[in-house]
Amino acid sequence: MYRYDEVDHRIVRERVEQFRDQTQRFLAGQLSEDEFRPLRLMNGLYVQRHAPMLRVAIPYGHLASRQLRKLAHIARTYDKNYAHFTTRQNIQFNWPELARVPDILAELAEVEMHAIQTSGNCVRNTTTDAFAGVAQDELLDPRAYCEIIRQWSTLHPEFAFLPRKFKIAVSGSVEDRAATQVHDIGLHVVRNDAGEVGFKVIVGGGLGRTPIVGEVVKEFLPTRHLLTYLDAVLRVYNRFGRRDNKYKARIKILVKAMTVEGFAAKVEDEWMHLKDGPSTLRDVDVSHYASFFTDPDYEQLSANPPEFSSKLAEEPAFARWVERNTRPHKQAGYRSVVLSLKKTGVPPGDITAEQMDAAADWADRFGYGELRVAHEQNLILPDVRERDLYEVWQLAKSQGFATPNIGLLTDIICCPGGDFCSLANARSIPVAEAIQTRFEDLDYLFDLGDIDCNFSGCMNACGHHHIGNIGILGVDKNGEEWYQITLGGSQGSHTTIGKVIGPSFAQADVPLAFEKIMTVYLEQRAAGERFIETVRRIGLDPFKERVYAKHH
Amino acid sequence: MQSIIKDGQIVQDGWQILRADAEGQYPAVAPDVDVIVPLSQWLADKAGWQARPGRTAVWLAPADDPQLLAADLAALPLVAVDFPAFTDGRGYSLGRLLRERYSYAGELRALGDVWVDLLHYLWQVGFNAFEIKDGKAIDSALSGYDTFTERYQSTHREPLPLFRRRVTSL
Repeated sequence: MYRYDEVDHRIVRERVEQFRDQTQRFLAGQLSEDEFRPLRLMNGLYVQRHAPMLRVAIPYGHLASRQLRKLAHIARTYDKNYAHFTTRQNIQFNWPELARVPDILAELAEVEMHAIQTSGNCVRNTTTDAFAGVAQDELLDPRAYCEIIRQWSTLHPEFAFLPRKFKIAVSGSVEDRAATQVHDIGLHVVRNDAGEVGFKVIVGGGLGRTPIVGEVVKEFLPTRHLLTYLDAVLRVYNRFGRRDNKYKARIKILVKAMTVEGFAAKVEDEWMHLKDGPSTLRDVDVSHYASFFTDPDYEQLSANPPEFSSKLAEEPAFARWVERNTRPHKQAGYRSVVLSLKKTGVPPGDITAEQMDAAADWADRFGYGELRVAHEQNLILPDVRERDLYEVWQLAKSQGFATPNIGLLTDIICCPGGDFCSLANARSIPVAEAIQTRFEDLDYLFDLGDIDCNFSGCMNACGHHHIGNIGILGVDKNGEEWYQITLGGSQGSHTTIGKVIGPSFAQADVPLAFEKIMTVYLEQRAAGERFIETVRRIGLDPFKERVYAKHH
Repeated sequence: MQSIIKDGQIVQDGWQILRADAEGQYPAVAPDVDVIVPLSQWLADKAGWQARPGRTAVWLAPADDPQLLAADLAALPLVAVDFPAFTDGRGYSLGRLLRERYSYAGELRALGDVWVDLLHYLWQVGFNAFEIKDGKAIDSALSGYDTFTERYQSTHREPLPLFRRRVTSL
């Protein structure tokens, strides 16, 4: 993975000192609340219900074991022994003290981490496929470009005060696992007829109040032009994006207002001035960054070694876990392991300091000291030998990481909701738990198969409810918490925004509504048909009829 | 006279800024003062402003199009950009456009909600003069230049981005 040089270290250290000074001036009354707010947000610090919340960047979800141990140390020393992974592949601490935040940042800097631009109206953490570099269907390892984008976007002098937040995602594989179509900019690796590699540039996707699937503004951007083109898009947005209404300030609104053709033409105009300028990437530049993402020293192994296949045959519970919680690897004899952070009774995405230490140890012992954070809020050991999977499974079980539910209904993507977040209209954690409890029977859960369930506690859609096959949105009705259900959303290469099925539900009624929806699915599904496919085929009406039927 | 920061020094400065009052009316400008006028006023009567004994400069609001000033830049003694709120970042793009696209080489001044924490970015995109907001310390604002000793991007001050300098130094 990428390692800082002296300059990277210096920039992060200087940022820590800048923030320390800003915090001290705020505490001394020299910076007003209104002045400090944008400054602290740009360093990931929110003021929340109980305490400040600090969001730490995990660039494109890459984490070294020593970094995870540092996060565990921070959770123990400055927080209440746990933290929360987000849908931007970042991690949040819910209980730090404001005055100690600069010390936390200084500790993070020791392990090449920071909280730069994890919030605020600026370019946020670039995200990518959690299986980048190890996936079987990869066209191009996107990580070198992710790091190039990370550096370009870090403290960019022109784009520190955008109209609104700005999120970029990169996908290098056939199947889009980075939700690129619902980002301000989605970059999808493509090959043109000449075999040249470039990016398809998608702009103006996003969730939130106005969910929109992004549109293609450039079918093929040669990779060397990446940064000049990003500069052009950002400049058009910075100058012309709306600033009078924060709900209309995302780039998606500008793209709609200008039409995608109009927007693309404006960007092209701007780009003509920047193209081939000093930010053009030479092959040597890309090679420099790519050199940090070379394959580890994989052993030459054959797939399905006997000690692995015999355990699969002997222990159905192990086979079930392998089926759901591991992924094929490009290297024979290896798989990627997904450690589930979706155990019933634990808020989705939460992880304890002890779990962090354990996962870091396994990354060293069974892999190459690296982990990944998935935007679905799970933790990944990317390189595990198949012959070690049984032992990893047992260890994962001992730490509550082995719920075999990845991609199933109870693998809920979920924001922290009203228990923690001051923006939320409703709590999400207890409702997610009630759903998990209702579907705890593993045979039933497996029978239901692949279902993305996404849950947001408010319109801001941090839980990506619009692109859940089944989505839940917390809404406020006269001070009470209600829950709206959407069906038919999907992420990936065919991203779709789900539709609301009808009036919202009281908290206690959500699990029953889910059960009715699943019953309709089981009754109606064709052989081998996944939930989303049935929803697409039969439409919403059969589900609505069942869910809202009057009791007899 | 007022104190401003220019080219890294605190200096005395006599430029006045012409702004519309609450009714949108512009007060009269004495003929012999040095005044920075809004782009709209400049475009409405270029010849009139140029005929005054005092010097005339132009300030841009965030939504203004710097291209409208392109033909006049070589003759202007000063161009300013207003930051009505520090969170309005449009002026950073205007700074770069004035410097990089329209090759403006004279004094480029930031006005409005400008203080220490913004100086570094403003300097990088091409501003070299800063009217620090009332109530904010001007002497400590000088430290804003050095908040960061290096940056990743191509900027007006350092067109070669870090990644290019990195690889040649290998």
